[in-house]
Amino acid sequence: MNQGKPVLDAAIRARLRGDGAFRGLVLGLSLVATVPLLFILLFIIIRGASSINWQFLTELPRPMGETGGGISNAIIGTIILIIVATIISVPLGVFAGIFLAESGKTRLGTVARLSVETLMGIPSIVIGIVAYVWVVRPLKQFSGFSGGLALAMIMLPVITLSTEETLLMIPVSLREAALALGVTYPRMIMKVILPSGLSGIITGILLAVARGAGETAPLLFTAFGTPFMNLNILKPMASLPQTIFVYATSPYPELQTLAWGAAFVLLVIVLALNIVTKLVTSRWKIQF
Amino acid sequence: MRSTRLSDRAFRTGLVLGGVVVSVLLIAIFLSLLLSSRPALVKNGLRFLTGTEWNPVTDTFHALPFVAGTLLTSFVALIIATILSLALSVLMGEYFKKGVFANIMRTAVELLAGIPSVVYGFIGLFFLAPLIRLLQEAVGAPPYGVSILTASILLAFMILPYSASIGREMISLVPSDLKEAALSLGATPSETVWKVTLPYARSGILGGILLSLGRAMGETMAVTMVIGNANDLTPNILGPGNTMASLIANEFSEASGDVYLASLIEIALLLFIISTLINVVGKIIVNRMAQAS
Repeated sequence: MNQGKPVLDAAIRARLRGDGAFRGLVLGLSLVATVPLLFILLFIIIRGASSINWQFLTELPRPMGETGGGISNAIIGTIILIIVATIISVPLGVFAGIFLAESGKTRLGTVARLSVETLMGIPSIVIGIVAYVWVVRPLKQFSGFSGGLALAMIMLPVITLSTEETLLMIPVSLREAALALGVTYPRMIMKVILPSGLSGIITGILLAVARGAGETAPLLFTAFGTPFMNLNILKPMASLPQTIFVYATSPYPELQTLAWGAAFVLLVIVLALNIVTKLVTSRWKIQF
Repeated sequence: MRSTRLSDRAFRTGLVLGGVVVSVLLIAIFLSLLLSSRPALVKNGLRFLTGTEWNPVTDTFHALPFVAGTLLTSFVALIIATILSLALSVLMGEYFKKGVFANIMRTAVELLAGIPSVVYGFIGLFFLAPLIRLLQEAVGAPPYGVSILTASILLAFMILPYSASIGREMISLVPSDLKEAALSLGATPSETVWKVTLPYARSGILGGILLSLGRAMGETMAVTMVIGNANDLTPNILGPGNTMASLIANEFSEASGDVYLASLIEIALLLFIISTLINVVGKIIVNRMAQAS
């Protein structure tokens, strides 16, 4: 009769079929959500890598109509913009993060946290307008500095929130031990709390840099872009994301080829930062 | 001793200063947008919100087509993204919590979250637009390729990693005794997901959807590249349109005239207010869910 198999009536079989169908649906939709994009990523890597060569990385864009040329000005520009943004946002962001972790429950702390979380959600194009109003309009000049400031405002909340989150994980016993030894408050923070949370803070900074490096919208009317090599942060400055935008939307196939190359370089930078971040977190994750 | 007390004081002041600066920053952003859009606020008045004309030649600036465009693209994107991200969150939160496949899936999602917006736009222009052009030809619409639908589908994929990771987190907050109770009563795994896990995580998932909506509304570059930039009020998602963000991206650096520029800043102010409201509500819901468990 029944050889080891449970007797299933029709209703139960239908439910099990439904279960299998649901599982299949979930798996199918998940693949629809990820697989095409991964293929496209692969396409960019193949297509972009083929248009990369020494000339591409070291030369300036050629005038319209000539083939060849490179994007060295955009690579240098992006590096300078990120350096400016990092100089502005890291000290302020880390300090604000320490403040939130130390006195986040006070009234100012609550306001500050609300403010940072709101900053996180402001569309980047709006940040671009603010940098325009603050820097470009008074100086009557598009500039790398205004672009760096815009990126700094985008990076700031990322750094602050990750610093706070990291510091809150450090056990009270560490700080009590330091204070019991007669260490002053600032020294306790600088020599005990910050070093223990360093990997988390660095992770936050790297994530912020990765986010800032890919932003285009806030640079459209701040750094503005230039076809020349420019190292002066008070003058218009080219950047990788903006170069991609301009070349990708142009009708010329040569420029679109350059855009694939630039997209590849940008992707390599951003994904490398993300992977390094992941390694940092998994290697030196704070564990107490 | 005295000098250490002094430096102690200075350090605490420095920390408080950090807190003050980030608090003031938000207010400063709001005030500068408000002040810079003054000429437009005066000239456009309340018609700004209800009128449908955007005409730099006659200095008439109304925001309705762009508010509608923003809402339309975001909602269509949200519908697509919600279905896909629910599947992803159930997959990552229930079926494959650990193991190689789970890791691959999670890494893929994180990877996709890191791709810059402008690269998504480029992808949309080259892969998605031709597909949409086929669709437009099939239904007899003008075959531009670029359209509100193109922007929505692209947006859906862009916000997907974000909403899927919130969804997974919310699903992981569902107590396992509840799920085990359902399973021990003979419910199949899918019945458990539908009748226990999802209802329990409902409000958190809703909050996550709101947060994704906030993202979608502010997304600029990818949308600008594929939406077609037409300044009319249209419910036709197969035709070109414009969102608040894409309008600013397209016209700001070429805007001549005080009122024109101020009107674009007024659009930015409106976008700032709408996305902030949505973010705050979404955050409150997600936090309440996280605290409840």
